[in-house]
Amino acid sequence: MYSEKVMDHFSNPRNVGEIPDANGVGTVGNAKCGDIMRMYLKVEDGIIQDVKFKTFGCGAAIATSSMATEMVKGKSLKDALALTNKAVAEALDGLPPVKMHCSLLAEEAIHAAVEDYIKNNPEEAKKAGIEL
Amino acid sequence: MNRIYMDNAGTTPTSPEVLAKMLPYFGECFGNASSIHSTGRDARKALEEARRKVADALGAKPNEIYFTAGGSESDNWALKGSAFARQDKGNHIITSSIEHHAILHTCEWLEKHGFEVTYLPVDEYGRVDPADVEKAITDKTILISIMAANNEIGTLQPIPEIGKIAHAHGIPFHCDAVQAIGAVPVNVNDWNVDMLSLSGHKFHGPKGIGALYVRTGTKLESFVHGGAQERGRRAGTENLPAIVGLGEAITLATQNIEEKSLRIMQMRDRLIENILKIPYTRLNGHPMQRLPGNVNVSIQFIEGEALLLRLDLAGIAASSGSACTSGSLDPSHVLLAIGLPHEIAHGSLRLSLSDWNTEADVDEVLKVLPGIVENLRSMSPMWDDFISKNNQ
Repeated sequence: MYSEKVMDHFSNPRNVGEIPDANGVGTVGNAKCGDIMRMYLKVEDGIIQDVKFKTFGCGAAIATSSMATEMVKGKSLKDALALTNKAVAEALDGLPPVKMHCSLLAEEAIHAAVEDYIKNNPEEAKKAGIEL
Repeated sequence: MNRIYMDNAGTTPTSPEVLAKMLPYFGECFGNASSIHSTGRDARKALEEARRKVADALGAKPNEIYFTAGGSESDNWALKGSAFARQDKGNHIITSSIEHHAILHTCEWLEKHGFEVTYLPVDEYGRVDPADVEKAITDKTILISIMAANNEIGTLQPIPEIGKIAHAHGIPFHCDAVQAIGAVPVNVNDWNVDMLSLSGHKFHGPKGIGALYVRTGTKLESFVHGGAQERGRRAGTENLPAIVGLGEAITLATQNIEEKSLRIMQMRDRLIENILKIPYTRLNGHPMQRLPGNVNVSIQFIEGEALLLRLDLAGIAASSGSACTSGSLDPSHVLLAIGLPHEIAHGSLRLSLSDWNTEADVDEVLKVLPGIVENLRSMSPMWDDFISKNNQ
């Protein structure tokens, strides 16, 4: 039921782990529903220099986390805020309909981490042209 | 890769002996059992021979066995057929909260048609208390339906006692024995059951064939209306190759059952003992009163579907009660009914053995599982949070 790309990102997830000196961290989901995603960002000069994730969840949850980190790494905060769940799902060659919520969680986790960075670093964010 | 199959509660491969018995009924013995000519009479002979084999395996009479398309149809028929046949007597049905969906969803449908259903709770091991059955009986109760063995956690129910209570109150008793056939000795008289469902593919028979035992004198509406097949109660030309396969499979499955079960139980107990050595795991279901081939454990801080996919990549087929494998956002109703919190229910793993499994299969599972668990936990934020909380 999963595409080859989903299985690839599930079996060999990219950017797993944490960033000890992350300056933006976002956690979304809850254990009751069976999915929790946490994203760590290292942002410098408005650019996401590094990103890592930890996920408790199904195959699609792990694959969408992995793909989302690849899609925002090296990108600007603005680009990261523009990331959509649809783009994540498409980059994985699609998800089964019942798993689309996993891609939404990946989008929300990235957004939550970026918003955490902006909240903690309002001046730098302003320089990058972003305000909450 | 040498694949290991430990999802026998889901389905089993048809045994070669069974298949060999079935094949002629696709070819030279293709007759319709309702036909008068010799081709038809040969088919009739095979049909009645299979019926006798199923009856013998259950301690029943051949004319109490009706062939169906499987366990779900048998369950649907027993419930709907009894409810409508006895609606002049009342409208109340008693079942348990951990039945298969073929029972639970049929009960929900009956509720929409004027029937009332009591879903009995179970204890932490998934056992129904016979005293609860007795307490739930009212003067409107027309049917009690309790499964023999749970498909997820393997817990065996006190069927003979529940049957005794039902009969003392003059209420028919149906038992979904789909998981029990070939795993534990089943006898419709010792068990005090009036109806019993079974399914061929759970014991090395073909898919798409099952049976409903109906004790002589039990009131039951017809399920499929049409021709005179199955004494007019389940019309449609009989699926003879599958029926012959069912007869052969149930005969083989119920031979030397104690000896076979003992070997399977040894593998089961070795799996359980060693999996529980992984920290933060628990056994689901009853430690003793469980199917010989059922292992069900919750592994905290990881999610079941991810675990199954990893096991599959390592060549091991298993199943889980996580939401992601149930097709909804809620984990298994059985795991919730025994009191597991959602997050622990999401991390369940079921390994179900058959007599085709070997000790080498057990070795392989025990070799690869701890590493997979460790890897998935290493990427789980729940695990991180738990460890940092413990270190404080």
